[in-house]
Amino acid sequence: MAKTTRSIPPGTTGENELMTELMSASKAFLSRRALLAGAGGAAAATMIGAEGADFAQAAGKTVRWANWGLYLDFDNKTKKYPTLEAFQKLTGIKATYQEAIDDNDTFTAKVAPQLRLKKDIGYDIVTMTEWKAAQWVASGYVQKFDDAAIPNKKNVTASLANRPFDPGRHYSLPWAGIIAGIAWSKSALPKGLKTLDDLFAPANKGRIEVLSEMRDTIGLIMLWQGVDVSKPFTDAQFQKAVDFLQKKIKDGYIRQVKGQSYAEDLISGDAIAVIGWSGDINQLNLQNGNRFGFAVPESGGTFSTDNLMIASTSPNKASAEALINYYYDPKVAAQVANYITYVCPVNGAQEAMAKINPKQVSNPLIFPTDAMWKNLKVFRELNPADTAKYAKSFQKAIGNG
Amino acid sequence: MAAVVRSSGSTTSELKKKSLVPYLLLAPGLLWLALFFVAPIITLISTATKTPGAGIGEFVQTYRWANYWDSLVGASGQFGRSFLYATCATLLALAIAYPLAYGIAFKSGKYKNILLVLVVAPFFCSFILRTIAWKQILGQEGPLFRFLLDLHIVTPTTHLTATAPAVIVGLAYNFLPFMTLPLYGSLERIDPRVLEASGDLYSNAFTTFRKVTVPLSMPGVVAGTLLTFIPAAGDYVNAEILGNPNTKMIGNVINAQFLNTQDYPTAAALSFILMIGISILVMIYIRKAGTEELV
Repeated sequence: MAKTTRSIPPGTTGENELMTELMSASKAFLSRRALLAGAGGAAAATMIGAEGADFAQAAGKTVRWANWGLYLDFDNKTKKYPTLEAFQKLTGIKATYQEAIDDNDTFTAKVAPQLRLKKDIGYDIVTMTEWKAAQWVASGYVQKFDDAAIPNKKNVTASLANRPFDPGRHYSLPWAGIIAGIAWSKSALPKGLKTLDDLFAPANKGRIEVLSEMRDTIGLIMLWQGVDVSKPFTDAQFQKAVDFLQKKIKDGYIRQVKGQSYAEDLISGDAIAVIGWSGDINQLNLQNGNRFGFAVPESGGTFSTDNLMIASTSPNKASAEALINYYYDPKVAAQVANYITYVCPVNGAQEAMAKINPKQVSNPLIFPTDAMWKNLKVFRELNPADTAKYAKSFQKAIGNG
Repeated sequence: MAAVVRSSGSTTSELKKKSLVPYLLLAPGLLWLALFFVAPIITLISTATKTPGAGIGEFVQTYRWANYWDSLVGASGQFGRSFLYATCATLLALAIAYPLAYGIAFKSGKYKNILLVLVVAPFFCSFILRTIAWKQILGQEGPLFRFLLDLHIVTPTTHLTATAPAVIVGLAYNFLPFMTLPLYGSLERIDPRVLEASGDLYSNAFTTFRKVTVPLSMPGVVAGTLLTFIPAAGDYVNAEILGNPNTKMIGNVINAQFLNTQDYPTAAALSFILMIGISILVMIYIRKAGTEELV
């Protein structure tokens, strides 16, 4: 009986990955249940007591994940997320997935009070864009990873393995990389766009839209004005870009400043030239017959990542780590990248993609080439005072104060 | 003697009881108001005087009353625009709703109930969806724009959405039922014999309308304009969806200060100023228009 209650023999962990460990755990568990069914008498009664508690613990293993819209492979027929289903089968952990985030600020504003009071926010894993993730890490809203529980962490792309806000990636791992560039409607602009001069051409007046994400819109303008946004810059250099944006708004060039909903305006034709995100345009083209073009401007585009983090209030840390580890398996990562078409941060996924969708292997928006990487800049980290100052000045330029 | 004393004592206690009854009846309502209106307002007023603390979204109370003035000056453009757009939208709604309510009250016959349901029917659908629908209708590839283009009224470079008129039309459309129903209410109550009497006294239809119908419908006009103007002035959905960055209203500023820059003091100060601003305007309006028949 002592043998049956010990679910994982201590020696077997060794070099095995967590996944196999979890699998053996669930198998052992099943066999114990089968055994229980056959047993009788007083011995069985005491076993039910002991095993019943064990069962509750295993069945109670859950992980709750908050992510952005259209950000995980989804099967329209079954209305399920194939990779997430596979994870649940593999590990026995019940995963709840919610498209709960549509804005870094709004989501954080909603959960921060609970995080400060150390009350469960209802999610174990949250997905925040790098600049916001940095604030979460600095505020102590996250839990440190147990690296042994995430062996696949070694697969993270080298250029993303050591970000200033989290050197060594102890608190966050990138979920996907986002390129901000310029996009256009092919029917209205058959020649396409190469630079920001093309974007702000008089012919496009009134049908240009830019992102409400400051680091992308201002970042692209600053790069175009010759300022490297990944390195320290002056207030005056920032203000010059804001002034340019404000002038284009005042003169009626820019129709609207929007979040992800610029996509609708591209479809409806209200906008023909935009500053937008790579994956959005990829997905629009899949759904709308390749009507749109996307390019990183010659002067440079901005790159950022959305990062998986475990909330400080999460009671399900081990399950959360298991989930993060699962999605860092190259095969799984390739499956996700094939659907979401954002930059895949997992080494080996490009090779794995060959088996899933060979067409995507050479898609530079999923697996950027070296030349493309050189043209992408990550907006530098801002301290809280600068964050507040720049955000205010940007909001003023776009009419909000 | 004892009996007299006793009886007089009982009458005073009865009197006391009687005078307490109204307060007791009011208590639940007053408590509700104190808890869900007075307390939040005090919080709002005090949040507005805070200044930034160590982290983002953290503020310390320093009683900086100048925050109110700074916020007002900073967003004066959007304040002005809000009141201007709300006024235009209210007038437009009145111009549309008056004939509509008049028609339903006097000319609709057996279709009266159906027409009333039709006025309210748009409310069965979400406010946001209805506003987005306008974006589709007025959009560059929408049916109306194509039609106007064929008539050479517009050129391919003009646009109908992302303009100030689009915001005003959106506001007027969204709050139209709030204007129509009170107007209908007071028009429907007019005694037809009063109108007949006016005719008997040799006034033509127009004079009857001007001297009898309009004055009698004034309570509806006042209620309708208030119900339209107040929410329209604080609205931010129409400006967000149908406007452009140059047509932002005060609601957009409050929204952005609260959620994007997480500048809670400015957002609180602006909310409070908006409340006071609307209250003053409404007070002046009611003084001028008279409220005797409003209730």
